[in-house]
Amino acid sequence: MTNHDHSHVAQTHDSGHGHKMPFWKKYIFSVDHKTIGVQYAVTSLIFLFFGFGLVSLMRWQLAYPGQPLPLIGGWFSDTAMIGGIMLPEFYNQLGAMHGTIMIFLGVVPLSVGAFGNYVLPLQIGAPDMAFPKLNMMSYWLYFIGGILMLASFFVPGGAAQSGWTSYPPLSVIASGGQTWWLIGMVFLINSSLLGSVNFITTVVQLRTKGMSFFRLPFFVWAQFVTSFLLLLAFPPLMAAGVLQLSDRLLGSSFFMPSGLVVNGAVSAVAGGGNAVLWQHLFWFLAHPEVYVLILPAMGIVSEVMACNTRKPLYGYKALVYSSIFLGFMSFIVWAHHMYLTGMGTTMSTFFQITTMIISIPSVVILTTLILSLWGASIRFTVPMMFALAFLPMFGIGGLTGLPLGLNAADIHLHDTYYVIGHFHYVVAPGTIFALFAGIYHWFPKVTGRKMNEALGKIHFYFSLIFMNGVFLPMLIMGLAGVSRRLYDPTQYAHALPTQPLNVFISISAWCLGLAQIPFIINFFGSIFKGKKVDDNPWQATTLEWSTPTPPPHGNFLKEPVVYRGPYEYSTPGQKHDFWPQSMKENN
Amino acid sequence: MSAEIHYISEPHPVSGVTNSKLGVWLFLASEVMLFGGLFSAYILLRTGVTDWPRGHEVLNVPLATLNTVILITSSVTMVMSWASLELKKFSKFRLYMTITILLAIAFLVVKGFEYAHKFDHHHFPSTSNFYAIYFVITGLHGLHVIGGIIVNAYLLLPGSKMWKTNPEQFTGRVEAAGLYWHFVDLVWIFLFPALYLL
Repeated sequence: MTNHDHSHVAQTHDSGHGHKMPFWKKYIFSVDHKTIGVQYAVTSLIFLFFGFGLVSLMRWQLAYPGQPLPLIGGWFSDTAMIGGIMLPEFYNQLGAMHGTIMIFLGVVPLSVGAFGNYVLPLQIGAPDMAFPKLNMMSYWLYFIGGILMLASFFVPGGAAQSGWTSYPPLSVIASGGQTWWLIGMVFLINSSLLGSVNFITTVVQLRTKGMSFFRLPFFVWAQFVTSFLLLLAFPPLMAAGVLQLSDRLLGSSFFMPSGLVVNGAVSAVAGGGNAVLWQHLFWFLAHPEVYVLILPAMGIVSEVMACNTRKPLYGYKALVYSSIFLGFMSFIVWAHHMYLTGMGTTMSTFFQITTMIISIPSVVILTTLILSLWGASIRFTVPMMFALAFLPMFGIGGLTGLPLGLNAADIHLHDTYYVIGHFHYVVAPGTIFALFAGIYHWFPKVTGRKMNEALGKIHFYFSLIFMNGVFLPMLIMGLAGVSRRLYDPTQYAHALPTQPLNVFISISAWCLGLAQIPFIINFFGSIFKGKKVDDNPWQATTLEWSTPTPPPHGNFLKEPVVYRGPYEYSTPGQKHDFWPQSMKENN
Repeated sequence: MSAEIHYISEPHPVSGVTNSKLGVWLFLASEVMLFGGLFSAYILLRTGVTDWPRGHEVLNVPLATLNTVILITSSVTMVMSWASLELKKFSKFRLYMTITILLAIAFLVVKGFEYAHKFDHHHFPSTSNFYAIYFVITGLHGLHVIGGIIVNAYLLLPGSKMWKTNPEQFTGRVEAAGLYWHFVDLVWIFLFPALYLL
């Protein structure tokens, strides 16, 4: 192993196509973690764009309420739009399904299913996941769950319309789509269960020789902690889903209080249930879920930053300990979403304190990443620009969360556009930027070709501008007291002064959609026409760059041995400014 | 090319377990959270109302006691079937595994009689939250029993071919299935006093 590449480039094609497999076995029902990773990536990107499409429709109604949707308004059935004018029921469906699709079918499958599957076994020097067949099953359960969610738009009454949180009693008395939503969620929960068991087992059992826990790239740590969150936080939502299915299909009243009045008549159910029970079970999942959304993103950003600053990450161990602490704390903050349910000041105080505590590891992680820039000779590649933008964007998202964690301030801000602005700053210009960074960073490993720099930069600058154009005004609207989930904001006197902002947000959102066109062109164009690169185009140190490109079935030509930590960049006394983990001698 | 995945049949030197054993433990951790969520719901619903029936007054305690005995016995025979493999006695394994499956089916039959009796008296999930949580938790537990029967039947019939090719891995599979089966047993041991006795 003299340098990183060329020695085995010639063998790539032999090993990649060594054993002939039928198309369906190699690309459809594959058990190879890389193929499954790519399947997850493609499927989740489609869902991301679909979820974005849903919200683009909503933005028309919010900017120009009651006006017919131009051009495509006539394509919708009369249960969605009449003469191109959106019905309130359809607006609610779009809102609920936008959240569901973006989180459960878009961002999590992309950050965990795609990046985790593809990169994690490579980075720890494993030939595959510990359970390849379960891995395939995990993808197909996800796929079926996604199909059920999409199909629910076409059932009588349309898709789920009680918000992505599906709060009862509204969700229990809602139309049929809610049942599809619940069954879809059961599939997605089982998919993530299989995935997380697989990830944890792989990291514990299949690290190659010399790859001790503290030589793991931070990306692997982030995925490892994330897997524990998925493993332990999702089952309570499964329990909640089963209870809600029972309420809807068997007529039980787990979430239905006595004397509930529906449409002016007392509901016929037995009663005695508790609507807040759902909220507890739901947020027990959904708060750790926030960290499921952000931890893999932090992992990707760390990899991209270490490589492009050409120096070790500042405080690797601080990052690791913080992420473990973050994972642990995320299980005991859930009720800060529920300050307004009247659960009592003692409970509120407890959850307020834990919420303030959990901000500490997040700040530690962000600070170490910012300090990693100090004294670096930064390469402003496209992935690095997305990673750099992640820092302030996630910073805004995190800091705007503090007032929501304090229950006095939350009384004013709860369920306003401020909340929407806050978590979208975390997830959209935060996590999704990190995911873009990851796509640009690992694209050469998957395809053997680099994505175009110029198109990438156009994509980056316009995305950055329009992301802020969308979400910054939301914070202002929220402070003005405008509630979320309003079908027609012009019907409320206090929402009228900020209505011009709604128009501005909508235009920004549509432009943000247009700004993704260079990305789509770049993504597909580069698969065929991109600049060919060698096995380690970024001169990176971690193990995935020491395999042939694309990695063959079984990944490594011979089992790698690891001699040092993951970020040996610009090590004094070395000839090159990067010192791969698996390189035995000095370079 | 090293396409082989390690620690499928031999334990990892540091963690001390095979992949599948660790996988099953993780899966069971997840299951604890699932039933934990349901038991939490049960506690919250019960403490939230004044008129919650006493389990032993409305449910059939003798039948449930019989089921407890059946399930614990099946856990014992499950261990025996695994131990027989460790002792290289394959025919004993088949005997004990068959008994385990038959006991699991017996459990479901008894449960079926209980359900039928409830339905005859017009007690449904919609009757009250007591019956709702009773049917949901015991129903979900019943599904776990059915899952266990499927896994055990696979290991008894088509899956047992592996005994000839890779006895170590096969023994590991039976042990993993056993861990799951004991968990199903354990859930019932929590469920029985919580629903039937208190």
